Amino acid sequence: MYAVNFLILAAVLFSTGVFGVIARRNAVMVLMSIELILNSVNLNLIAFAMMNNSPEGHVFALYVIAVAAAEVGVGLAMVLMIYRNRRSIALDELSVMRG
Amino acid sequence: MSSMLGADVNVAQNVGFYIVAAIMVFGALRVVSGRNVVHAALWLVVVLGGVAAQYVLAAAEFVAISQVMVYIGAVMVLFLFGIMLTRATIGEESDLNNKNWSIGIPVSLLLAGTLVWVIVDQYRGEVLSSPDEPMSTTAISDVFLREGLVPFLALSFVLLAAAVGAIVLARKD
Amino acid sequence: MLGATLSSGWFLENAWLIPLIPAIGFVFIILFGKKMPQNGSEIGIVSIGISLAISIGATFQWIDRVNSASGASDYASGGFFGAFRAIFPTAGDGGYGASFVEPVVKSWTWWQSGGLEFGLGQHIDGLAIMLLLLVTFISFLVQIYSTEYVSGDRRYTHFFASLTLFSAGMLVMVLAENMLQLILGWEIMGLCSFMLIGHWWEEEANSRAALKAFFTVRVGDVGLLVGTAIIFFGANDWAVEHGSNGFSIRGISAWALSGEASQSVLFWGGVALFIASIGKSGQFPLHTWLPDAMAGPTPVSSLLHSSTMVVAGVFLVARLYPVFFVGFDILDTTVNFITIIGGITIIVAAALAFVQDDIKKVLAYSTVSQLGYMMLGLGVGAWLPAVFHIFTHAFFKCALFLGAGSISHSGSHHSFDMKKDMGGLAKKMPITAVTWMVSTAALCGIPFFSGFFSKDEIIDNASHNGYQFFYYVALVGAFMTPAYMTRATYLTFFGKPRGAAAGEHHDEGHDDAHGAAHADHDDHHGDAHDDNGAHDDHGAHHGPHESPWRITAPLVVLAILAIGSGYLNAPAFGTHYFTDWVEPVGVEVALDDEYGYPSGEEESAGIVFAAVQAGDEEYDGKAKGCGFADPSEGTVCYAPKLSHAVFSWSKAMPSIILVFAGILFSAWVCVGIYGDRRNPFAGLTSKVAPARWVHTLLVNKYYLDHLYEKVIVFAFAHPIARAAYWVNQNILDGIVNNVGRGGRRTGEWVYRNVDQRVVDGAVNASGLAASEGGHALQPVQSGKVNQYGALLFGAATVGAIVLILVNI
Repeated sequence: MYAVNFLILAAVLFSTGVFGVIARRNAVMVLMSIELILNSVNLNLIAFAMMNNSPEGHVFALYVIAVAAAEVGVGLAMVLMIYRNRRSIALDELSVMRG
Repeated sequence: MSSMLGADVNVAQNVGFYIVAAIMVFGALRVVSGRNVVHAALWLVVVLGGVAAQYVLAAAEFVAISQVMVYIGAVMVLFLFGIMLTRATIGEESDLNNKNWSIGIPVSLLLAGTLVWVIVDQYRGEVLSSPDEPMSTTAISDVFLREGLVPFLALSFVLLAAAVGAIVLARKD
Repeated sequence: MLGATLSSGWFLENAWLIPLIPAIGFVFIILFGKKMPQNGSEIGIVSIGISLAISIGATFQWIDRVNSASGASDYASGGFFGAFRAIFPTAGDGGYGASFVEPVVKSWTWWQSGGLEFGLGQHIDGLAIMLLLLVTFISFLVQIYSTEYVSGDRRYTHFFASLTLFSAGMLVMVLAENMLQLILGWEIMGLCSFMLIGHWWEEEANSRAALKAFFTVRVGDVGLLVGTAIIFFGANDWAVEHGSNGFSIRGISAWALSGEASQSVLFWGGVALFIASIGKSGQFPLHTWLPDAMAGPTPVSSLLHSSTMVVAGVFLVARLYPVFFVGFDILDTTVNFITIIGGITIIVAAALAFVQDDIKKVLAYSTVSQLGYMMLGLGVGAWLPAVFHIFTHAFFKCALFLGAGSISHSGSHHSFDMKKDMGGLAKKMPITAVTWMVSTAALCGIPFFSGFFSKDEIIDNASHNGYQFFYYVALVGAFMTPAYMTRATYLTFFGKPRGAAAGEHHDEGHDDAHGAAHADHDDHHGDAHDDNGAHDDHGAHHGPHESPWRITAPLVVLAILAIGSGYLNAPAFGTHYFTDWVEPVGVEVALDDEYGYPSGEEESAGIVFAAVQAGDEEYDGKAKGCGFADPSEGTVCYAPKLSHAVFSWSKAMPSIILVFAGILFSAWVCVGIYGDRRNPFAGLTSKVAPARWVHTLLVNKYYLDHLYEKVIVFAFAHPIARAAYWVNQNILDGIVNNVGRGGRRTGEWVYRNVDQRVVDGAVNASGLAASEGGHALQPVQSGKVNQYGALLFGAATVGAIVLILVNI
């Protein structure tokens, strides 16, 4: 198997996720796009672990999975809270952070 | 090249990779472009499952199992809950994208182009030798409990904090 | 591992107890404080008191150690009393040889990961000893003072808990053996600072000030992390090879001076670390949090925001001085990053101090300005004078703040407004007034007070080391300092009593000042003071009177030190104890002497035999010694070899004259403006346009906000916007019409995002970074998350492409 296979697949998934983060208006969809990005990183890690035949890449991928789980938990809790307060999770209506 | 193909490149593995990859890319595009939130979530399941399949192809079985359990088992359920709790409508919606969503196209194309160019430039022709057997869980746990112990503990705290934080944020009071 | 000739002792070996005891005290206060008879304050005082005792013991043993290393034979080995005898007879003539004093270093493994060990430990050298003594001593006084000042407060116990934890954090940092421990202490201090500024958080201004302080300092903290990482990756290989590691302070120091360190790594590491110092020590672009931090209770301002915590940034630079010395090439340039920031800070902050009506804000800007002096001192290669200025400044600035607290507590009914509620207090509060004047004299640098000896040395060395421009900057600062302090003194203690100082009782001022929590305080006032004869009638009449002993005693002690501490290193009188005890010697240390660390006397030779030194070392083209030439094989340097300016009264004359000129001028103007209405200066700012303009400028803090938001945006963004608009209208539209909607969108996007967001955003961001560091990144944020995403990824992509193109 060629190394570029995995890496290019990961790059494509990454860019797709980036597009989702930029384009989506719905907060949940943005979180999903972030999952795409994280998974593409994991693919890279596994590919490099295979290239070097070392377990470190796997360990890092597992770290990423755990962090992603935490991120989704907190992220969705925040989305729920925003929804409860504003009855909407459209990100472009959320501009209280503006300076 | 032919000798490489004979020695290291497993054709069946490659074919499997391409099929799964095609499904994944299609799924990913549907996730970011679909007009139905629930469908997008289900397409995301397809992509994540595809990632797990790629892990198996890459001889990373433990990670593949974790991927299935954590992502498809837990994270996706959370997403579906999130969708249900925040949207009354399940059907198609017209305003899922920002007004200037099209910024994303040049940015992501540029990004993809850069990445692909760098990758091809660096790794063209490099062959991943298929290991004789999958990465053993023993090896992974060895790393986890030796060099990686402190990050592992830190991660445990992160998960704990996330659980507590999520409860605090989401409870009604 | 101690050298055969070096004495040590229990206190030095166990100095790590100094931060540990307050840390334990903190836990006890939190757990049991509310049940204690004094609500936990006794635990804080006792724990700091024990630390102070250990610090004093360690100080004597350190002095003993220095003397033993210098070859003075008549020290009595070990022992407390031997140290007493050893100090004074030997220090004056204690050998000028290039002997060094090994610091007492200990390290325990905290955790290890991936083959790296992270330690906690102690690194006791002169600098650490000085700050240990300083921090424990001032904390002790401030805690005693606080028992009176915040008595009856709703969160009395928590206040003492935070105060004690703060001391523990600062002591951890001062002792730090490695960078991680330093960061640990640094962050504990930041946290406690946040808690204490926001102590009366019921009032929104206070919690805002706390947040502002926290976030502004955090901007700098990023620099600390980045700098530590840069230095670690630069130093680790070399340091491991030489029996240390890339986090160890000694490893880093030795590496920086080894000649094998890359100049650019040192430079960027130094820049990043100095950004941390800018944040913590309130230097110019990030100084705005410090005056706002005065929202905290006065003891907090006194302890954290004037004398101890804010010198953490200066300490960082002093601690890792070799990095900055080599990285910024300090003795070979006439201008560098540190001096620029320090110089700007001196002038900018001093000018702002002129227009403050709040007495604490005057002191806050004065602190910022004095911190500028310290930084300038470090930047011009005057390590010792800068460190000495930390020492003297701590005493007189702490006294000034406690004096301001005393005034508000007993004189002006919780108001800090000099114009509204003070005046003529000198007769009513004699002790406070005298201690204030003494400390002011020290701050101004009037000869024979402590500030003179430290500040003048900084000024003198700026010129000595070739930083002529900054010599003049420092002189201007020396003129401004007495001028604004005279104004504050006049408004507070002289003239006619006004407002509360005249006995008026106005509730609104009171409520404005301290909000709900303090109203609670007032309710308790009668009870709290019943045991205090002088104070029985406090509830009944609100006229000014002297504060009780728990407030005046620390004031008197500090005022005595404000005079006395300067004589530890007064070249005018031939004393240089401080030089002997604190300054590390820049000599080569044989590497197999595992813990060899130089300290002590070499520099005093610089003072006394400077001519000889110059002949030996500086004349033949290239200077020799640590920091100038690479150490020879098998040896390392731990400190650069610095020379000192030779003191002479004639060189001190310009600053002395300027100080008195500043006092007289300011007194004349003050009497004119605030006193006699017939004087030509009366109503100066309303009658004379230029004066009014300057005044308005200063009141508005140089219009930094306006400047950035209005002027620059108008001057730069506006033409660009119009140009872009023109391009958009005349060229893009033509293309767009042909290419279609997608093209038009791109064009609009360029206009809207690149121009409106990137240009505006960048300009606004730079503006707020200066004025509102805490909210520095706000304006770049439209509030739309997706746009941040687009900017982030777009910028990352462009950056990646640039990197690729550069490296092709």
